[in-house]
Amino acid sequence: MILLITGFASVRPAFLSLPNITNIGLQSAILLIIALPQTMIILSEGIDISMGAVLSLGGVVLAMVLVTGGPVYLAFLAALGAAVGFGAINGVLVCLVGMPAFVVTLGTFGMAQGIAEVLTDGNVVVGLPAGFEAFYAARPLGIPVPILIAAAAYLVAHGLLYHTRFGTYVFAIGGNREALVLSGVHARWYHFGIYALGGVFVGVASLLLTARMNSGHPTVAIGMEFDAIAAVALGGTSFERGEGWLLGTLLGVLVIGILRNGLDLLMVPSSLQGVSIGILVIATMMLDRWGGRRS
Amino acid sequence: MSATAAAPRRKAIMHAWGPDVLQALYRVAAVVLLAIVLAFLSKAFLSWGNILNVLRQASLLFLIASGLTLVILTAGLDLSVGANLGLSAGVAAAVMQATGSPVLGSLTALGCGALIGFGNGSMVAGLRIPPFIATYGMLWVCSGLTYYFMGGGAIYGFPAGFRTLGTGYLFGVPVPIYAMVGFLVIGTIITRRTTFGQDIFTIGANAVAARLSGIPVRRRLIAVYTISGAMAGLAAIVYLARVNSAEAGIGEPLLLPAIAAVLIGGTSLFGGIGSLFGTVVGALLLTLVLNGMNLLSIDANWQPFATGAIVLIALLIDTVTRRHSERRA
Repeated sequence: MILLITGFASVRPAFLSLPNITNIGLQSAILLIIALPQTMIILSEGIDISMGAVLSLGGVVLAMVLVTGGPVYLAFLAALGAAVGFGAINGVLVCLVGMPAFVVTLGTFGMAQGIAEVLTDGNVVVGLPAGFEAFYAARPLGIPVPILIAAAAYLVAHGLLYHTRFGTYVFAIGGNREALVLSGVHARWYHFGIYALGGVFVGVASLLLTARMNSGHPTVAIGMEFDAIAAVALGGTSFERGEGWLLGTLLGVLVIGILRNGLDLLMVPSSLQGVSIGILVIATMMLDRWGGRRS
Repeated sequence: MSATAAAPRRKAIMHAWGPDVLQALYRVAAVVLLAIVLAFLSKAFLSWGNILNVLRQASLLFLIASGLTLVILTAGLDLSVGANLGLSAGVAAAVMQATGSPVLGSLTALGCGALIGFGNGSMVAGLRIPPFIATYGMLWVCSGLTYYFMGGGAIYGFPAGFRTLGTGYLFGVPVPIYAMVGFLVIGTIITRRTTFGQDIFTIGANAVAARLSGIPVRRRLIAVYTISGAMAGLAAIVYLARVNSAEAGIGEPLLLPAIAAVLIGGTSLFGGIGSLFGTVVGALLLTLVLNGMNLLSIDANWQPFATGAIVLIALLIDTVTRRHSERRA
C-alpha cells in the first residue's frame, strides 16, 4: 500500500492533497460497509455474490419510498427490510439447507437484480426530496457523514467479531465446524446470523449509496461485491481455513480505494481498473498459496 | 495398481449410468409437460417458427453450458463462461472486420476462449486456487478487458457466409441445432467411452482417490477448463453469427442461464454425477420457461428473477437428493 501511495504521489502530486484524501475516504466508505460482513461470511467459508445486486435493490426501494413522499425512516426501514430479507434467504439456503454459498448467492443475485429492474422498469428513480442529499454532504466535527458511518460500522463489526461469542463462532464455523457442533453449539443459527447481519450492513450501505447519487439506479452497485471480495482477499483472509482479520479488510478497502483513485488521476478507464483489481487478487492468492506451502 | 484404479472408476460409471436414466426420463417428461401447458396457454407456441426459435436459443445455451457441465462434473465451477463469450466475441468481431475472413475470426474466438479457459485451469489445478474464486476473478478481468476493448461501441456487419452459422437453415432446420446435436453426441462419447471422460467422473467423485489411482488430475483439470473456455469461444461464434453485432456486456446475462441449464439437467454441483444429455434437457426446459414468459407477455424484466429462482430450486433438489442418498449409503 505504501508502494502504491508513493508511486501515485510521485506521478501526480495532487494525489496527496487533503481534498483528494477525503475523496478516497468517501469513495471507500460504502465499500467498507459491505466488505465487513463479506469478511465474516468468507471467514465462515462462504461467499456472498449477491451483495452488489441487493445493494442496488435496497437503493431503488429507498428512492421509490422517498419519491412517493414517505418519510426517510420508513424508506430506510423498507430498504433494510429488502436487504435483510435477501440476507435471510441466503442464510436459510446456505446454512440451514446446506447449499453451496457461491451458487446460492449467484441465484439470489439474479433475483435481486430482477426485482430491481421490475420495480423501476430499468429506469433510474429520480426526484428525491431536496433535503435528503444534504445529510451525505454534512460534516459534523469536520468529518463527512459517510466516513463517520463507515467508522461506526467498522467498530460494530470489530466488537462483534472479537468481543462476543458470535465472533468466536464465526471463526470456528470456518475453521472447525465439526468441533463446534460436537461441543453442543447451534452452529447453524450462528451461521445463519452471519448472512442476516450482512443484510443489515448492506441496508445501511444502500442509504449512503442513494444519498450519494441522489437517485435509485437498479444496477449501479453490481460489481461492487467483487471489490468487496477483492478487499477481503487482499486483506489476507483465507477462503477455506477460517483465518483472517478485520483490520486486513480495512487495509484491503483502502488499497482498492487508493488504486481506483490513483488510476483515475492517471486517466486509466474504469474498465481497466477492474482488470487490475482482478489481477491483484489473483496475484495475492498465488502469494498466499506459496507462503502457505512453505510454512 | 490396476485393481485400485478400476474400483472408483467403476463406481463412478455406475453412478453416472444407473439412476441417471430414470432421472433423465423425469426431466424429459417435465419438458413435454411444460410444452403441453404452454401450447394450451398460447396459440403461438406450437407454431413451427416458435419451436425452431426455442431450439435455436437452447442450442446456444447448450454450447456454453456443455463445457461448464464437464467442469462441474469435476466438482469445479467456471463463473467466467459468460464474460469469456463476451471477450471472445469482441476480439473475433474485430479480427473479422479487419481481415474480412470468417475463418480467422472464428479461430480467434476459439483461441481466445481456450486461452482464458487455460488460465482458469492453471489457477485451479496448478495454483490450487478455489475454482469459484479463480473463475470469478477471471470473470471481472474478461469483462473489464471487453469494456476497454470495445469502448461504448459495437462492431457489426459480418459476411453472409459467416452469418449462416447462426441464422442459416439446413434441410429446414437451423444450423445451430446441428451444432447442439453434434456436440451432444461427441461430448457423450468422450465422457462415457474414453478414459479421459471416466477420469472426469472419478475426479469429481473423489479427487484424492483419483490422484492415488494414478490419474493425472492436474492435466485433466487444465484440459477440462480449457475445453470449457473453448466452448464459450465457440458459442461466441454462433452468437456473433446470429446477432450480427458484438458489444461489451453481451456475455454477462448468459452466466446464470448456463448454470441453471447444467443444474436443471441433473448434474450435481458436488461433482461426479451428471450428463451432457441432462444439460440439453436443462437448456430446453429453461428456454421453454423464458419463451413461455415472453408469449404470455410477462415483463422481460422478470427473466433474471425467474432464472435465479430456477437455479435455487434445482440446487435445492440436488442438495436434498444428495443428502438422502448419503443417508442411505
